[in-house]
Amino acid sequence: MTPVSSKHYSDDVSLLMVLIDTNPFFWSSTATPFSFSKFLSQVLSFLNSIILLNQLNQVVVIATGFNSCDYIYDSSLGHGKQRAETLLQKLEEFVVRDEKLNKEESVDGIGSSLLSGSLSMALCYIQRVFRSGSLHPQPRILCLHGSQDGPGQYVAIMNSIFSAQRSMVPIDSCVIGSQHSAFLQQASYITGGVYLKPQHLDGLFQYLSTVFAADLHSRSFLQLPKPVGVDFRASCFCHKNTIDMGYICSVCLSIFCQHHKKCSTCGSAFGQPQTSVSASN
Amino acid sequence: MSNFGNGKGKPMNGDDDDDEDEGNERDLEAWERAYADERSWESLQEDESGLLRPIDNQALHHAQYRRRLRSLSSASAASRIQKGLIRYLYLVIDLSRAAGEMDLRPSRMVVVAKQVEAFVREFFDQNPLSQIGLITIKNGVAQCLTDLGGSPESHIKALMGKLGCAGEASLQNALELVHEQLDKIPSYGHREVIILYSALSTCDPGDVLETIQKCKKSKIRCSVIGLSAEIYICKYLCQETGGLYSVALDEVSPKKEISNLSAHLKELILEHAPPPPAIAEFAIANLIKMGFPQRAAEGVISICSCHKEAKFGGGYTCPRCKARVCELPTECRICGLTLVSSPHLARSYHHLFPVTPFDDVAPSIIPNHRRPKNCFGCQQSLLNPGNMPGRCVTCPKCKQFFCLDCDIYIHESLHNCPGCESLRDSKSVS
Repeated sequence: MTPVSSKHYSDDVSLLMVLIDTNPFFWSSTATPFSFSKFLSQVLSFLNSIILLNQLNQVVVIATGFNSCDYIYDSSLGHGKQRAETLLQKLEEFVVRDEKLNKEESVDGIGSSLLSGSLSMALCYIQRVFRSGSLHPQPRILCLHGSQDGPGQYVAIMNSIFSAQRSMVPIDSCVIGSQHSAFLQQASYITGGVYLKPQHLDGLFQYLSTVFAADLHSRSFLQLPKPVGVDFRASCFCHKNTIDMGYICSVCLSIFCQHHKKCSTCGSAFGQPQTSVSASN
Repeated sequence: MSNFGNGKGKPMNGDDDDDEDEGNERDLEAWERAYADERSWESLQEDESGLLRPIDNQALHHAQYRRRLRSLSSASAASRIQKGLIRYLYLVIDLSRAAGEMDLRPSRMVVVAKQVEAFVREFFDQNPLSQIGLITIKNGVAQCLTDLGGSPESHIKALMGKLGCAGEASLQNALELVHEQLDKIPSYGHREVIILYSALSTCDPGDVLETIQKCKKSKIRCSVIGLSAEIYICKYLCQETGGLYSVALDEVSPKKEISNLSAHLKELILEHAPPPPAIAEFAIANLIKMGFPQRAAEGVISICSCHKEAKFGGGYTCPRCKARVCELPTECRICGLTLVSSPHLARSYHHLFPVTPFDDVAPSIIPNHRRPKNCFGCQQSLLNPGNMPGRCVTCPKCKQFFCLDCDIYIHESLHNCPGCESLRDSKSVS
């Protein structure tokens, strides 16, 4: 779009990384209140308005699929007038490819999409922007997510969150599914982003443009949704119960709700000689 | 003259350590300095056909990082991945007369204090469940500056208030004090000492060798970072107790890597931030009882147990005794329960599940049309100017290609392989 050399950055130039959930099981489920095409048309208008807000703003879209993740659109590559067409074409190609990779015939419920993959990719892209010199747009990540949390992705998502926190990249989340996402609640809370679960999805564009369109500098002047109470209680590895108090393996930090003789994760046998010490602690 | 010198500046290494260089080279003329520090001829290398080319800094930087990564992964591959994640570490800072030496500007102790500050922050970032205590040696006496604790701010504040050096250093007194303090900690914790030693001698009241054996018996891992020269007794101490001994050097390496004393010192100190591999007999695996407090509702007034004053809103409630604490992780002041939140535990998981090192891709092996044009992570082009294939790496698990910058970022900060994370099949592995 704009030639790189003439860019003049101020604090209101944004790089928005949008992660779109394309999990087919989520979009085809009857619980989903509106269709993928309706969703896309609202998101496209939102992306256009971001680019309109400042001519230096940059938008990158990554699709979070069920079996893979990929870059769908990058406004810095310059697609000229066919912005929506390029995006939709790439998205269609991605969805077809993603479907071909599918091996499971059926999934319980709506399944989970690969949020950890798309978050990691977005962070790699942001690091590249940081490397490009001292003048760069202010990056942030927006997750438009509907699928359930995948418990297997917990460690990877937490790693991404901490890396984003270290690079001061806020992760905003807009949950379009019917349930709250504990992963995204933690992500937004830890990185200082905004977490929102819109009440009426028909007005998604309005939610997006009022809450997520403002650049990071302007956010301090706005009354954005307050972080709701995030539940930082852990769930035990043995029964997946949320617990108040529990036992932690001193070697691998696995969480258990009752005393075991041996750690099921790392296999270490727990201190026979010093049981009295641990009890008094 | 000085105006001219400053105005001209140094394009090669005129970054943050400018003032130090100025100090060292004060008696050189500007034109001499161009030869003395810049050594521009060293940044050239000869290629196969005898042409002079600038050294590829990025490749060098990357090679250095690969070496570090390989040494780390070979160390952990040897045994089961078990790391000492719960560490009780005493940092001993030598504030004897030798710490006043000015070979580091403005003085050794100021530079050491600055590095300790950086280390303490990094340490708690990587080991949120561990604790640090500070000890200083001055006038031949070791003194406990702060007790073991989990708040970086309180340590840094205590140290900055107590800078000042005098007298001799005593290794034995320091070790005795550490031994006394670390003997109290629970058996599952890893006991460690890092001694930042400026002096070249130790002035002890008794037999230091006995004390070393005592530390060995108590399974205290002692590491020493020397600021002057290698000392036998320090080396012996580290060998006996399984620690690391290193001396900060100031040498201009032939490859023009980072090469001043304080940068090397920083590197040596930060090496101790990631948890060391756990040695089975050093700490006994155990289950530790911990509490996961919930955040108290906004707008509730309660008296906190850490500051002993009434606080409005926020805070956490201990699940066992219902006392209010302001920050996590901590130990409940009332009932002694360790209080953490699940992200604190998650912060340590990457030490246990490290990303496999990526393999270098030789340009010739894979034909050009089968090679992806862009880095899988950041989409940067993997082609050099002129459409020649550039250097890149590949993940042995997901076979995706990455640029060198992403390789470093993935292994040093992100701890996820974006390729493996974007594949459903590989999910079972991680």
